[in-house]
Amino acid sequence: MIIRKRLATGLCALLAALSAGLAFPDGAVADETTADVPKVNLVLDVSGSMRTRDIDGGTRMAAAKQAFNEVLDATPEEVRLGIRTLGANYPGDDRRTGCKDTAQLYPVGPLDRTEAKTAVATLTPTGWTPIGPALLKAADDLDGGTGSKRIVLISDGEDTCAPLDPCEVAREIAAKGIGLTIDTLGLVPNAKMRQQLSCIAEATGGTYTSVEHTDELTDRVNQLVDRAADPVVTPVATEGADACAKAPTLKSGLYTDREEFGRQRWYRVDVEPGQELRASVSVAADRAVNPSYGVLLRAVTVHGREIVRGEAAENGRTDVISTGLRYPKAETDEEDAPAETVCLQVTNSFSVASGVKTTPGLPLELTVDVVDGPSQAGDVASFGLGRGWWLLAALVVAGFLAGLLWGWLSRWRFAVWRTN
Amino acid sequence: MRITRVMSAALLALGLAAGPAAADSSPGPSQEGSAPTEAGTSFRTATEIEQGQQATANGSAGDYLYWSFPADAGQRPTVKATVKLPGTHAAETWRIDVYDGLRRRQACQWGAQTRTAAANAPSVELACVLRTVRAWSEPWANDPLPGTYYIRLTVVDLPTSDLGVRVGAEVRVDSEDMGGAAAVDGRLAEPLVPGAAMNSAADEDESGTSAVLSAIEPEDGWSSGWWSDRWVWTGIGGVLAALAGIAGYALTRGSGRPTRVPPGA
Repeated sequence: MIIRKRLATGLCALLAALSAGLAFPDGAVADETTADVPKVNLVLDVSGSMRTRDIDGGTRMAAAKQAFNEVLDATPEEVRLGIRTLGANYPGDDRRTGCKDTAQLYPVGPLDRTEAKTAVATLTPTGWTPIGPALLKAADDLDGGTGSKRIVLISDGEDTCAPLDPCEVAREIAAKGIGLTIDTLGLVPNAKMRQQLSCIAEATGGTYTSVEHTDELTDRVNQLVDRAADPVVTPVATEGADACAKAPTLKSGLYTDREEFGRQRWYRVDVEPGQELRASVSVAADRAVNPSYGVLLRAVTVHGREIVRGEAAENGRTDVISTGLRYPKAETDEEDAPAETVCLQVTNSFSVASGVKTTPGLPLELTVDVVDGPSQAGDVASFGLGRGWWLLAALVVAGFLAGLLWGWLSRWRFAVWRTN
Repeated sequence: MRITRVMSAALLALGLAAGPAAADSSPGPSQEGSAPTEAGTSFRTATEIEQGQQATANGSAGDYLYWSFPADAGQRPTVKATVKLPGTHAAETWRIDVYDGLRRRQACQWGAQTRTAAANAPSVELACVLRTVRAWSEPWANDPLPGTYYIRLTVVDLPTSDLGVRVGAEVRVDSEDMGGAAAVDGRLAEPLVPGAAMNSAADEDESGTSAVLSAIEPEDGWSSGWWSDRWVWTGIGGVLAALAGIAGYALTRGSGRPTRVPPGA
């Protein structure tokens, strides 16, 4: 479903509760409405390097704590907020233990500001920087519900736990189809760290920000938490087939899927006579892709004849490439004319340099709308009406000639009548 | 050309001064106070703005910022964007793209769609003048149709050293009313607003809090599509033709008497 209907579902639950003779519908409503609340998990790097004093004269940790306090104060009521740390507990040198060091500081749930702040105050910079494992755990923390989910990762160093590439971890998380976005913030970043953090962000459609000052950190985290609170349509996960015959039939709505490089995806939509099919598709570049790419969306009949296509090709840096098409099906005079099955084929021409992983496929977003058909044009101009000086001149000349002719005719008729 | 414009304006004023098309298409900056201060980061989350509103947003260099605005038939929208850059930065190229309600990229007729800011330049200004929005086009055409339009603002090339630094953006859409010259026959049953099918279903439900893909609508609603100044031109043409006819008739019929009949007979 494209549209989340909190109130409607709430009312249904209430009705169900009432009809069942239960006296406490409140609980039922609460249960229903918590399903789509936005969830945010703040992931904070508490590695040893956070001791460095280079943000506004204080340590990076002090800046993060101050920012967290302000963010906790400003968090909107409806947001379920959690805090996870990485590198907070193990001070030793053992890489294996250090790379498992991630803990839930405050569970994702209704926010108790005082409790959360107390928890943040206890943090001291300690250990390693296991970004990958922390992201995996953070995604698990957010599991469940249909609302928007967001991880905000604040780090001051690149991942120290290779070979697990946090970038690929992020892509795997996004490919689970739980609609999760990872935003990253780098504290006083160097070039390598910028690349890694922005790679993590791009893999999930998130954003990367460099932070040099405390107020920048506060503003940005606040902005991200507010973004999570904005109601947004959650797409429905679907899986297209490699041929039309096996394709899933879609109704109007917003869908996501994954499309591997060089593969095609097929979907089916039923269109009644007199209706118009509108479909648009976006394929996101969630990893480093080669600079020239494109996407093709074709509407094809079940017999393989192409009806209409949308195509787009582009060059250079991008987040998505998208195209769309319209197919108005003509009305028929036939009674009970059957709906036509239109096959939608999506292909892309993204390519990656060798060495870049090609699985999972690229995120694909598909919008399908079946609406009433347009009233066809019978003429180029609106209602076939005329416009302009040539029209006026033509009408005046024609009118004048008609007047002359009529005058001459009546004169002739008069003369004939006179003579007889 | 100018004379044509003036004359057609005069004709319009003479004809039907109170025609619905006489309303200015670009609303004034009346809603300046409530202008959005955020931008979306995808088509799905694009921030909705009105025409004539100055929307602002803070972002990081490298973000893709999205806004959406409504455009109706007969309008020729102009998108203008200003990016405020931090004090020190390398040369970087910024770009705006406009997409229609089907997420098809729309061409800019003119305007600096991409522009390179020199190193340490304080800001860069971009513009895109779209084609005139038509009420109808063939499904195989890419013509702009009434509905939602998306603006995407981003940096095209960015050295790693400038990745993620804070930038400000301002976006404004105004449009010129192209009048009857762009009035075509036929019209869409629903404007090209993504999720239109779901929106109408939601209207029937009248549910309270629901997120929709795009709930955008021009200030005075979508035009019904029947009015254009072609009615005035055609009507005045008919009147002039009738007058010319009377003149021609009067000219040939003369006084109504044959010349060989003496006066007073």
